[in-house]
Amino acid sequence: MPETAGAAAPRTLAEKIWDAHVVKKGEQGEPDLIYIDLHLVHEVTSPQAFDGLRQAGRGLRRLDLTIATEDHNTPTLAIDRPIADPTSRAQIDALRENAEEFGVRIHSLGDKEQGIVHVVGPQLGLTMPGVTVVCGDSHTSTHGAFGAMAFGIGTSEVEHVMATQTLPLKPFKTMAVTVDGTLREGVTAKDIILAVIAKIGIGGAQGHVIEYRGSAIRALGMDGRMTICNMSIEAGARAGMVAPDETTFEYVKGRPHAPQGADWDAAVAYWRTLPTDDGAEFDAEVVLDADALEPFVTWGTNPGQGVSLADAVPDPAHLIDPVEKSSAERALEYMDLAPGTRMKDIAVDAVFMGSCTNSRLEDLRAFASVIKGRKKAEGVRVMVVPGSARVRLEAEAEGIDKIVEAFGGEWRFAGCSMCLGMNPDQLAPGERCASTSNRNFEGRQGKGGRTHLVSPLVAAATAIRGTLSSPWDLDAPEPVEEHA
Amino acid sequence: MEKFETVTGTAVPLMQNTIDTDQIIPAVFLKRITKTGYEDGLFNLWRQEPDFVLNDPAYADGQVLFVGPDFGVGSSREHAVWALRDYGFRAVFSPRFGDIFRGNAGKQGLLTGVIPEDVVQRIWEAILEQPGIDATVDLHARTVTVGEITAVFEIDDYTRWRLLEGLDDIGLTLRDEDAITAYEARRPSWLPTTIPARTAD
Ligand code: SF4
Repeated sequence: MPETAGAAAPRTLAEKIWDAHVVKKGEQGEPDLIYIDLHLVHEVTSPQAFDGLRQAGRGLRRLDLTIATEDHNTPTLAIDRPIADPTSRAQIDALRENAEEFGVRIHSLGDKEQGIVHVVGPQLGLTMPGVTVVCGDSHTSTHGAFGAMAFGIGTSEVEHVMATQTLPLKPFKTMAVTVDGTLREGVTAKDIILAVIAKIGIGGAQGHVIEYRGSAIRALGMDGRMTICNMSIEAGARAGMVAPDETTFEYVKGRPHAPQGADWDAAVAYWRTLPTDDGAEFDAEVVLDADALEPFVTWGTNPGQGVSLADAVPDPAHLIDPVEKSSAERALEYMDLAPGTRMKDIAVDAVFMGSCTNSRLEDLRAFASVIKGRKKAEGVRVMVVPGSARVRLEAEAEGIDKIVEAFGGEWRFAGCSMCLGMNPDQLAPGERCASTSNRNFEGRQGKGGRTHLVSPLVAAATAIRGTLSSPWDLDAPEPVEEHA
Repeated sequence: MEKFETVTGTAVPLMQNTIDTDQIIPAVFLKRITKTGYEDGLFNLWRQEPDFVLNDPAYADGQVLFVGPDFGVGSSREHAVWALRDYGFRAVFSPRFGDIFRGNAGKQGLLTGVIPEDVVQRIWEAILEQPGIDATVDLHARTVTVGEITAVFEIDDYTRWRLLEGLDDIGLTLRDEDAITAYEARRPSWLPTTIPARTAD
């Protein structure tokens, strides 16, 4: 980002938010001191930060800009019983005690607002355009969907924000990812982001804040935009964002913490000034065609190792880059896949529908629309985990729980669950899973577990057929029309 | 963070190269929820061997560590620094450090000084001749002295200044507290606050 941006100089969305949050400009290569509007806290990365404050005799500077929830370790069954795993219980207990001692607002297991930290912020209307959001979690990038600057931080930084409500930061570079065209029915935001990561690679956006632009992005609802921004980190980006527009305002309006009355008008007037100016320059640009996109799945052990569902497992022998080649070989060994296998021939043991990538109401609706009135494939375990207790209630009000249960799936309580298996929701060694989460790393969903990242629609069709599938592969009665 | 000007304490010769952060503190200690009390994790696996240097009573209260090149490479865990600090170490000298470890150390008040490999070896010899001998670190002069040997060490000016002033990141930022307060006064009133808590019903 430019050192000084004059009033007339065209700026990007990211630069405008940055400029509006500089408390003190760094001199001679020193970082800028940036103000943080919202600090989200969960049980895994906060205990040492609270402990550090306690040692130094410090408190939180702005309790009113801080909120905590329990998510990574929480069970998704029998939530009224004590947590069995001692480490998980200790982290949850520590968060509760710290919140009590320091006065932090907390939504604990059992509370209506409990859930994955990145689902809770937007749903309460705390995430809004133009704000800076941080959390000790890399998928904080999710909140950028609102046209906010949102990024994950380390534990020392968590303590720093608690004590000062600021962070010393060096400016990021900017990258435009433009997706023009119209998605075909059955193709979703998840497919866009998986295709983007496959295109630019897991380090492709290193050091950059990505702004997603273009007609296909504008056409997405907030839940889809959150899915895309969520996985920016998987391309190495510091953050991902989408310029705020009517869709954004519509989503925020009326939420518990949204501005009201004259405040609302003032806020919207400001938010309208945020989109990137014509003529503003990005440090890097990437273009993707939405018309050509098909449902996308991963075959390997990093989110960049993906192909169209209609394709086959690639042959590492055809890769030129030696690092990519050896990583592909290792991935195929871990995934127990042979080059040339058609992706649609891969049978799964489990389907996980959840995580901060795809566990909001729109995601659950999409999943339910495909499975409605059908039965899951024999032998496939189907777990559906809403992103928050409120999403769970809203889905139940629409009967989604009943659809999942009639299908043969498990309807669970909210949390991170099998996205990372810190709670008991894990794959057994060797089990293969179609998962709507964001990371297919070795062992991520359980030691020896094998993960294929997919969209909710693909997860649903896969649960029906037992092999990686999209709604296009389903026989009548067809919820989605057949496409060429 | 405690100010670091001059420190005198037991010198410890750890005659090994390429000690990664997994060796400084194994992953099992990462499950804890406190920021202090990691002294038992320091070199945990090695300390189970009777002839490991810290098991020698002469070095048990070590404060200044002398190690071979590439100390603190590997995983970014801040716990490696906490373990050294909690054990009582104030300074580590090596010909070369892992970058992230060195950055973390500076923020936690642990001095990391670079001295040439041959000097490290001479210091090791000097310590072995007189086990339990003190080392004196003078950060103003950028020198470390063990017996007859005085070596000049490298440390960047910014980290040195922070150590001399005893400023952790937070302390440093709080020097600008007036600017933070002034910024807060300018923030629009419609920005979200978590308190008082509001929910949909
Ligand atoms: S759902 Fe998964 S990616 Fe999201 S915050 Fe939880 S563990 Fe992290």
